[in-house]
Amino acid sequence: MELFRNLMYILVTSVLVENVVLAKFLGCCPFLGVSKKLDSAVGMSSAVIFVMLMATAVTWPIYTYLLAPNGLEYLQTIVFILVIAALVQMVEFILKKYMKSLYKALGVYLPLITTNCAVLGCTLLNLENHYNFLESLVNALGSGLGFMLAMVLFAGVRSKMESVEFPKSFQGIPITLVAASIVSMSFMGFASVADGIFR
Amino acid sequence: MEKSNLQILTNGIIKENPVLVLVLGTCPTLAVTTMAKNAIGMGLAATFVLLGSNIVISLLKKVIPDKVRIPCYIVVIAGFVTLLSALLQAYVPDVYSALGIFLPLIVVNCIILGRAEMFASKNSVFKSALDGIGMGIGFTFALLIIGSIREILGSGTWFGLPITVNLFSPISIFVLAPGGFLVFGCVIALLNKLSNGKAVKRKSFGCESCPNAAGCANAGKGGCE
Repeated sequence: MELFRNLMYILVTSVLVENVVLAKFLGCCPFLGVSKKLDSAVGMSSAVIFVMLMATAVTWPIYTYLLAPNGLEYLQTIVFILVIAALVQMVEFILKKYMKSLYKALGVYLPLITTNCAVLGCTLLNLENHYNFLESLVNALGSGLGFMLAMVLFAGVRSKMESVEFPKSFQGIPITLVAASIVSMSFMGFASVADGIFR
Repeated sequence: MEKSNLQILTNGIIKENPVLVLVLGTCPTLAVTTMAKNAIGMGLAATFVLLGSNIVISLLKKVIPDKVRIPCYIVVIAGFVTLLSALLQAYVPDVYSALGIFLPLIVVNCIILGRAEMFASKNSVFKSALDGIGMGIGFTFALLIIGSIREILGSGTWFGLPITVNLFSPISIFVLAPGGFLVFGCVIALLNKLSNGKAVKRKSFGCESCPNAAGCANAGKGGCE
């Protein structure tokens, strides 16, 4: 029960309280760039969830059983980014060959994910927080779901914004950022929710 | 037209400022600008990596095969980031801990990869070095502006010195996440206003300057949207 409670705490924290985009500023480029339409927002964030889980499942053992025992912690940045790049490439090949329908849905977004800082950031934060393997996976899942939640909400906000007139100097990027600020403000309401429920 | 060396250097500071004009590298821009001091630290760190990676990539431009160039660039950049984090940890540990996770994340900063792809892989070593310095100074400058606004409004201090004690009480939302988006948006809007819409080149977030555009099938066809 204690284990379950702890995992739920990590999950709720990473989805709502410490949202990967709106509180930690990881993955802002796709958040602002790909959120114009709902289906592309969903496609992009599903690909992120997928890669985040895979990347965590691969980088955590590499760090714990290969780098840390040999005193090579300082190599983690290089190793992680290469592992993620190779992983994304491999996933793309496999999907293209065996899962055509999934490839159609996610394929476009996969190459963009190598340099998505949310993925690298998530794998690094797992180690920084000294999560064990299971906790790391839950955190990766939560971060991915949080990314999706933020993207979907923001896609809704932006579709509303299309029918509104703004002052000329705010058109385009500035108003997108201001809208993101308001969405982020609404997520601040979740502060300490996880503590209230699970601690 | 061939650009003079001075033009290359100033290009990144004003005309093609990576943050304010091209709107790249949004994540570190928003995350580390809660204090002017951190903004400078991040700016200088990125400048170091930009300079180093631009020089090395421009030296290696004939050796790196075209098909695997992006992974090669990432390895070079990651090498410099590793070097930098070791140096910072040893000599300025407080900056090291303030930048936290955003120090290793310089690897995936699209400004650095973008300059490697767009400039260093096509130009001489000297010009690439100038471009790296110019872009780095432009990045630092933009971070300093945003960092100063946020620190003054949000904490009432500037570089840690109290300056608004008697004027107003600090509005702490500016040092929190929403304030980052808000100040960044307003600074770009102000630039638009002052230049009658000419300064900010990117009108929307899209593929134009995405470092992955080369490997992305959808680039130029309405982007990833």
